[in-house]
Amino acid sequence: MRPPSPSIPEKDFLFAALKQGLRLDGREFLETRPVTLTFGPELGWVECSLGKTRVLAQVDAKMVKPPPERPFEGFITIHSELSPMASSEFELGRPSEEEVTITRMLDKVIRRSDVVDKESLCILSGQRVWHLRLNVHCLSDSGNLLDCVCLAGIVALKHFRRPDVEVVGEEVTVHPPTFRAPIPLSLHHNPYCFTFAFFSDTSLNPVLDPNLLEQRLNGGLMSIALNAQRELCVVQKSGGVPLEPGDILKIVNVAALKAKDLDAFVESRLQEDWEGRKIEIR
Amino acid sequence: MLNAGGYRSDGRRQYELRTISIDLSPQGSGADGSASLTHGLTQVNVCVFGPREAKMRSQTYHDRANVNIEVAIAAFSASERRKRGRGDKRILELSQTLKSTFEPVIQTSLYPRSQIDIYIQVLQQDGGLLQACINATTLALANAGIPLYDFVCAVTGGVHSTSPLLDLTLLEENDLPNVTVAVMPRSGKVTVVSMETRLHVDRFEEIFRLAGEAAKAIHVEMKKSVRDRTEQLVASMQSVGRPPTGVDAGDEY
Repeated sequence: MRPPSPSIPEKDFLFAALKQGLRLDGREFLETRPVTLTFGPELGWVECSLGKTRVLAQVDAKMVKPPPERPFEGFITIHSELSPMASSEFELGRPSEEEVTITRMLDKVIRRSDVVDKESLCILSGQRVWHLRLNVHCLSDSGNLLDCVCLAGIVALKHFRRPDVEVVGEEVTVHPPTFRAPIPLSLHHNPYCFTFAFFSDTSLNPVLDPNLLEQRLNGGLMSIALNAQRELCVVQKSGGVPLEPGDILKIVNVAALKAKDLDAFVESRLQEDWEGRKIEIR
Repeated sequence: MLNAGGYRSDGRRQYELRTISIDLSPQGSGADGSASLTHGLTQVNVCVFGPREAKMRSQTYHDRANVNIEVAIAAFSASERRKRGRGDKRILELSQTLKSTFEPVIQTSLYPRSQIDIYIQVLQQDGGLLQACINATTLALANAGIPLYDFVCAVTGGVHSTSPLLDLTLLEENDLPNVTVAVMPRSGKVTVVSMETRLHVDRFEEIFRLAGEAAKAIHVEMKKSVRDRTEQLVASMQSVGRPPTGVDAGDEY
């Protein structure tokens, strides 16, 4: 089934508004929708929303035997799901284009850019390592699912704490969180993804964080993942409207500023949540 | 990667591109256009069929042609034998990137209700896979006589500590941050930017601009090969006999 394309009046309305420098939801061109992070009762359980786009991410860890070729490293697997519950456009079965993009982007942002220090996940070389599993569920899609998924994934990893373990000789003891404080994962950096949409009418400026209508009518998307230290992790502009090299560099710089703000916001929210979790030890 | 004399592991200089060889002769499969392109040891074969009637009516558009791209990577193409099925995420992503690259470049509105099929076979991989696929597809489309707005020329660039390198081999690609940039040389605009490794924004800017320039050098080669092929065809047509225009043919007999 092909998605129902927006009607012609809707399309004309959007473009007319953009021409006047206005977006339908009242945002500036380079402004994201408000981000909210809701933490669940368990560590590593985050619901992230970007306007009405909502994603749930959850991390758990278990101990496994490492593969013989990498005895010192733990590993991380990512499971993402776009169920028809998020949007009527998604179907079960063959992965859609968007699903492929999202899965690959998560993989690049979290695994290929080495977010998690894998060697720190080793417990006993060749015997026991942590296997992290990141589950991402898309709850509702109202545009720009990609950024929301990446943000949820990173925040979940930052929020997660694994149980403390003690190794004596060959003996491994796991201390439950009630006995010893669980330990946060050691993360190398925190990349955030930003998606910009362009329109076939090149006189229109690019918009950051497109909503559903803008996303349907775009002439090309460019996704940039980078951390607050201005290190790019992924730059992805596959086809669509061609752009001047100068414009691309401008967009990259905008994303660098946004990443800094978002990083500060995420840190403060995590701090707040952690404060609320403290229990008095007698 | 880059020794004290400024040479790379395969004896190239920093900004030196690998040898490009282009073969636009038909490949016997009845394709309307085909191209086989090598960048050093990376080799790609592309066949273009169409514009033709779509096999499935449901896939057609009433106002433009549908572009269908399929990529196959030969199991023997890399040093480690590995079979990648058609459902592989990496292959799906590659063909999606190529599709969205070429859809706005092909003048699809000239062929409503038809389909253009592009089949890409990767025979050898030695770095720069996306680059080779983009360049070869452009050539095959031109060879098939499908109207394009412009060439699309791609090149890979990388950074070794602070020195930029161009056209990376697999060895370099695995160790260095690298970015693939595809440029439309007539307007100088950029259609594809793809980077999957960590790189500082300031370094990115440098290599991005450099790759844009290098793509223009590749454009010269690509244009030359298309021109040579056409000249060769014209020459062989003339050697068979004058084109049968009405008046001339009457004069001879």
